[in-house]
Amino acid sequence: MVILTIARLTLREAVRRRLVLAVFILTILLAILSGWAFHKLIGLPCGDNGRIHACSVADQKLLGATLLILLGFMFSFVLAVGAAFLGAPALWADMESGILLAMLPRPIRRGDVLLGKWLGLAVLVAGYTAIACGMEMLISSFTLNYVPPHPVIAIAFISAEALVLLSLAIACSTRVSSMASGIVIILLFGVAWMGGMAGEVGAIRHSQTIENVGTVSSLLLPTDGLWRGAIYNLEPVTLVLVQREFSNYAAGNPFFVENAPSGPYLLWAGGWTIAALLIGIWSFSKKEL
Amino acid sequence: MTPLPAIRTSDLTKRYRSAMALGGLTMAVAAGEIFGFLGPNGAGKTTAVKILVGLTPPTSGEAWLLGERLGDREVRRRIGYLPELFRYQEWMSAREVLILHCTLMGMATAGRSSAIGEALEIVGLTDRGRDRVGTFSKGMQQRLGLAVALLGTPELVFLDEPTSALDPVGRHDVRQIIQNLKARGTTVFLNSHLLTEVEYVCDRVAVIDRGAVIALGTIDELRGTSHELRLHITGAAEDIGRVVTPFGPYESKGEWYRLRHVETRQVPELVAGLVSAGVHVHAVEPVRETLEDRFLQLLGGDADGHSHDRPADTP
Repeated sequence: MVILTIARLTLREAVRRRLVLAVFILTILLAILSGWAFHKLIGLPCGDNGRIHACSVADQKLLGATLLILLGFMFSFVLAVGAAFLGAPALWADMESGILLAMLPRPIRRGDVLLGKWLGLAVLVAGYTAIACGMEMLISSFTLNYVPPHPVIAIAFISAEALVLLSLAIACSTRVSSMASGIVIILLFGVAWMGGMAGEVGAIRHSQTIENVGTVSSLLLPTDGLWRGAIYNLEPVTLVLVQREFSNYAAGNPFFVENAPSGPYLLWAGGWTIAALLIGIWSFSKKEL
Repeated sequence: MTPLPAIRTSDLTKRYRSAMALGGLTMAVAAGEIFGFLGPNGAGKTTAVKILVGLTPPTSGEAWLLGERLGDREVRRRIGYLPELFRYQEWMSAREVLILHCTLMGMATAGRSSAIGEALEIVGLTDRGRDRVGTFSKGMQQRLGLAVALLGTPELVFLDEPTSALDPVGRHDVRQIIQNLKARGTTVFLNSHLLTEVEYVCDRVAVIDRGAVIALGTIDELRGTSHELRLHITGAAEDIGRVVTPFGPYESKGEWYRLRHVETRQVPELVAGLVSAGVHVHAVEPVRETLEDRFLQLLGGDADGHSHDRPADTP
């Protein structure tokens, strides 16, 4: 009950402070811009060894998938920053301002306040991901004639990536100032992405040590692993098959993934998120105000 | 049977690393009492309140609120709290803030509207209930904080510096509100360093310094018995001197005389002597220590090391 009350409060605050309106307007503008850009790009001819010719269906599909994955990457970055900006001050700012001093002496659990904040922001983040990414996929299907193989699963992976960061940011906000939390979260997100890239390079160059760096970084912060799940579900199945057949076709491309994240890895990512929230609840319950 | 005290603490301590914020607070506040908690800045007043309302755990010691052990969540339904650092969601209206607190305290939906209306009326914000908190002055926000604390007729109310942002009219209103709370049997724990405020409304007072209670009692007990007298008298100076001298040393300034070391029981005899000597007696006032004088004495004198005599024209 208290969790839902705090979640509603968090959502209402986002609406009243015009966060939702601002994001909605910018997303519509982005959709219009990307629709126009897709339309222009798909009309361009293809070229091989200096010969210009009309693009084949496969070329167009590859272009469509690449553009959609690039947009997905942009959204993944925006959501990472958004999750850090929303989560980092979630409790710290209310503690610092004194708002929580009046609320916490009520007959409520501190853990419920934290979970309520998380739920409200999670609905905001996941809702935005679904609407914004869904809109881009519709535009892609109309202008590029490309529909990813598993659009809903791809959106779920992008949302999950943001929710991992949101959980970490809220846990940090019980102890660390908003500014420091925000910077740390963005930094970790970048390091995890670079770790994933390093792991890919390690695999191509047959360096087990560097490959292990990627594995460890994807376990320490599962954002890059989840982003790879999104890519896998956005790219054409044929591309994956071609890569498996000719192993160097797309190797080293940061926007290509050959395999979906494994079931145990997804369980690890889920457990990681729950652990971050539990640590946050423990930390908040011990926090002296 | 003696009713349970509203607040009871036993050797309650709070230590932050090497600093002792509260050193063994042991006291009891009776149900229905207006209890003042006085002390200089940094004495441990707010720490004590934060421990009692559950914002900070004690390092050691025990406490009971309304008969329940400290930490009991259910008892918090019967407690109101106005923090020293009061701040409410500025994007909400005052009424919405109160609805939120009704929900958090688990109040039945049916009773909310009347409870909110009553709380707004008590603090004089009835006309501003639908306005955004962000448009409120600091004083109005403190009034809103008071409304939040009084929501749902709590049995015990903690007020931490409740008039710090209020003008004289607001302070008077708060004193009136506290007296009304007493009339309906609510226990009030008033944390303040405004001595006049405490002197006006409190039944008993604890003075705290460096985390320890250094005095506890009623206002009269703290101020002590008066042994000085101020007299406004007119007549022949030699007649006055003749009557007054046997009662002890005195000094005069115009028509005002100040006698030291006079027992209260000697006053009728003194007045009778003056009247029979043909002296006109206009006023006889015992000179009592103010709470501020006593407070400064307890804390080891004022900052300037001066005594606190009245101005020269009113000895």
